[in-house]
Formats: sequence, structure tokens, C-alpha cells
Amino acid sequence: MLDSLLAYPQSLFGPLWPVVWTLAKILMIVVPLMLCVAYLTLWERKLIGFMQIRIGPNRTTFFGIRWLGGLAQPIADGLKLLVKEVIVPSGANKFLFVLAPVMAIMPALAAWAVVPFSPELVLSNIDAGLLYLLAMTSLGVYGVIIAGWASNSKYAFLGAMRSAAQIVSYEIAMGFALVGVLMAAQSLNLGEIVKAQQGGAGFLGWFWLPLFPLFLTYLISGVAETNRAPFDVAEGESEIVAGFHVEYSGMTFAVFFLAEYANMILISMLTAILFLGGWLSPFPASWGLLGASSPLWLFAKMFFVVSLFLWFRATFPRYRYDQIMRLGWKIFIPVTLVWIVVLGAWMQTPLWIWWK
Amino acid sequence: MFWFFAAVLVFAALRVITARNPVHAALFLVLAFCTSAGIWIQLEAEFLGIVLILVYVGAVMVLFLFVVMMLDINLTRLREGFWSYLPVGALVALLLVAEMALVLAGSYFGLAEAPRPESAPAGYSNTKELGRLLYTDYVYPFELAAVILLVAIVAAIALTLRRRKHAKYIDPAQQVAVRRGDRVRIVSMPAEKKEGGA
Repeated sequence: MLDSLLAYPQSLFGPLWPVVWTLAKILMIVVPLMLCVAYLTLWERKLIGFMQIRIGPNRTTFFGIRWLGGLAQPIADGLKLLVKEVIVPSGANKFLFVLAPVMAIMPALAAWAVVPFSPELVLSNIDAGLLYLLAMTSLGVYGVIIAGWASNSKYAFLGAMRSAAQIVSYEIAMGFALVGVLMAAQSLNLGEIVKAQQGGAGFLGWFWLPLFPLFLTYLISGVAETNRAPFDVAEGESEIVAGFHVEYSGMTFAVFFLAEYANMILISMLTAILFLGGWLSPFPASWGLLGASSPLWLFAKMFFVVSLFLWFRATFPRYRYDQIMRLGWKIFIPVTLVWIVVLGAWMQTPLWIWWK
Repeated sequence: MFWFFAAVLVFAALRVITARNPVHAALFLVLAFCTSAGIWIQLEAEFLGIVLILVYVGAVMVLFLFVVMMLDINLTRLREGFWSYLPVGALVALLLVAEMALVLAGSYFGLAEAPRPESAPAGYSNTKELGRLLYTDYVYPFELAAVILLVAIVAAIALTLRRRKHAKYIDPAQQVAVRRGDRVRIVSMPAEKKEGGA
């Protein structure tokens, strides 16, 4: 059916068709992602409100309909930021100042190219998907560093320095956690990794169980990579006002904001794919619709992990900087290294029941 | 595609050495790394290309920028040493030119007769092949390189590690181990009587 639907535009664009079709597929990922980001900000404010026994945003509605209260908040926020003036500080490097938000959001979006939504549904099914993801997430730090430097402001610069050291440190732990996943799945392809978690055992067959220390490390390093509380020393509003984006206003600030939330969604998606079985159902296959694997399961898992991020923010106070460094270098890296060795030995014995 | 990447690469590499601002130069170096990774991926060496981005762009250049941004480089002082460094620089430049000439004039030296590398068969995984070679045929050189690197890391840390004498440093491990009982004492005392009317 899809082929017959696509026949007309295919003839319309002629030789340009592959380019147009790829662009359309990219839009099909990016537009829902941006909507998710917008409503994630609302969900964050609502959820933290519930946790602190408040109501959260409940006024802005569409067309004055009362019970939609709060649902228009992200749209209103976006519109407000869009019409605000972009101020470039005096003495700032204008080109880099504008380039920085772009550098922040580019890797957050580019990484989605290899994320599989179901066995067939993936934009680019490359073999080294996991490596590509690591490379893309490691590029995100450039936005922060360039922003801090180009702003010509001490506070922004301090934020950038903190962020650079933090992200480089946690990337190592994250990389080692991914090494464990690729050992267990025997593949770098994300689709293959999900298929390797497909056993008869439902949710016990997923990788969170045999790789539990790596799962925790990945999740917490993910929080640190996205500069979210309690690892948000790059922003640290009580110490360095707002860190690297203190000089940004209007849409340039909004792009940083979008990048942070898009990164959060990305890390949650990856946790769901690598450790929580992706699109596989937690129930046995005999349960009919509940037992069937579908992208809906993937989104449900992603939503759960994203909510964990918000929960962390509502619960924990910010880490002190030397404590962050200690956690990354002295706890996570040794834990992951030991578990990789344990895993290697474990996979040689008959006790390893996950992958055959 | 190749020409586009090559043009960007040459432009970025030129800017690395001509840019006035050292931060700009470092950022152009990042661009050069990214484009050369693109060229490698086109040559079916996707593992090397991605690892170039991951290691050099993602980690090494970040730390490089970190340092360069904190330096306050005075251009006039940099120019002072120009003439004394010129002979060494010129020698290196001549060597590079000679090497480039050998490669570029390859047809003259019979490079064209060398067999063209076959393109990889379908289902060939660059990453897997590299891993197989590194851990079977070349395992001893590989391990040796790793140990040398480790020694270099230990040496670098040992050279730069200085404990400051008067720093008010508290071990985070001790802080994490603190329980409530070490800090707070809850005293149970009877309520006091109100004295007279207020």
C-alpha cells in the first residue's frame, strides 16, 4: 500500500526522489521529537509539582477551554522565546556565539538517525550504530564550551570549564557500559542488540539483569552527560547564575533548552533499547496484544526513564564538583571495568543463558 | 563527494595555521578532523572514521580547547622567536614537501602499477575484522602499545601530581560515609511552662 501511495510523488520528483524521501523521513523523526521536547517541559513542571504537592502550570489553555488548563503552556513559552530579542554581549565573538546553540542541538538530533523504533523502522541501519552514538553524544559538549568562551563572560566561562571536564570524565564510564552491552549482544547494531534480548523469559531476558551494574552506571552517567540535576554544575544557578548560557536570550537560549531536553529523551531511548529490551514486550507472547512487541512498548519504557530523570531532579541536591569527579573516576570506571571482566568470564560458562 | 570533503579539509587545515586566534585555530582543527573522518568513512573504514571523531574530536580536542581558552597568548611575544626557529621550521617544511612530492607524483614513481584494492564484499564488517586482527595476529604488539601508553599515563601523573600543603581538603569518601547520628543529636526534653500571661 505504501508503495502505491509513494508512486505519485516519486514520479513528481524524478531523480531527486531519494533526497526528498530521506529529508521527509528525517522530518518524520524530528518533528514529533520537537513536540515531545515541548511537552516534556510541561510534564517536568507538572510531575515536580505533584511531587511537591503543588498543581503546576494550569492556566494557559487553547481557546479558553477550561479543562485543557496548562496544556498550551509549552506553546506559549515557545512563542515568548521566539519573539524576544537576541542580545549579543559586547566583546563577544558573534559568529561563535550564534554557532554554539547549533553545535549543542546538532548531535542531539543527528544521533536519532540510527535509533530503531521497530525491527524495520530505522532511518539508517548501520553496522557500527553504537559507536556512532558514542561519537555523537561526545560532540554535544562543544556547544557548551563554545558558548562559554564566546560569551566573553566569567560566569559563562566557568560553566563551560566545569562542563567540559565533567562530560569527558563521564563519557569514559558510559563507553565502558556500552562495551558490556556489545559483548553481551555480540553486535554494534542497535537492532541486533534488541534482538539479542529476545528470549523466552520476557523482561528477565533483557540486559538490565545480567548487566545490572552497567545499567546503573549508564543511567547515572546519562544524567551527568545531559547536565541535569544533580549533576548540573555547568548551570549551577546558585553559584554561577546560569553557567554557560547566562548571556543567551530569546531563541538562542531556547535552542540550548531544546538541546538539553532532546538529549534527555535520547539517553532515555538508548537506555530503553540497550538495557530494557527496546520494543519487546515484558509479558509472555501468549498474552495476545499485551504480549506482542511493538514500538509502543519502546515509547512506554522511554517515558518511564525520562520520568526518572525528573524524579532525580526533584529529589537530590546538587553534587559538589570534587564529589562529581570522584564518583565518575573512582567509582563508575572501576565498577564497569570489573564487570566487563566478570562478564567475559561469565559468558564462557554454561551459566550464561542470555545469548546463544 | 570526495572533492567536497577534500576542499573543506584543505581549507580547514590552512586556517589552523593562519588563524590569528588560537581558539579559532583549534576549532578549525576540529573541522579538519570531522572532514577527514568523512573521507575515511567513504573509503569503507567506518570504524576508524567514527573512532577519530570519538577520540580526537570528542575527548582530545575538548581538553585542548580547555587549555587554549585559559591561555592568554600575546602575539607580539610569539613573533619574537620567529627568526631563531626559522632554520628548523624550514628543514621540517622541506622534508614534508619532499614526502608530498613522492606521493603526489606517484605515477612517475610507478605507483599506478600497484594493484587497486578490491572493494569489500557485502556483509563485511570493518569493526569485526579490525577486532579479529588486533586480538589474534597482532595481539603482542597491541598489548605492548597498551602497556607503553599505561606507563606514559602513570609517568605524566607522577610528574604533575603535587599535594598542596595548606588546602582544606576533605576526603569525599569520608563525607559520604557520614551518618545522621554523627552530626545531629536529638534531645528529648519536656515542654517548658509558660510564665505568666503574655
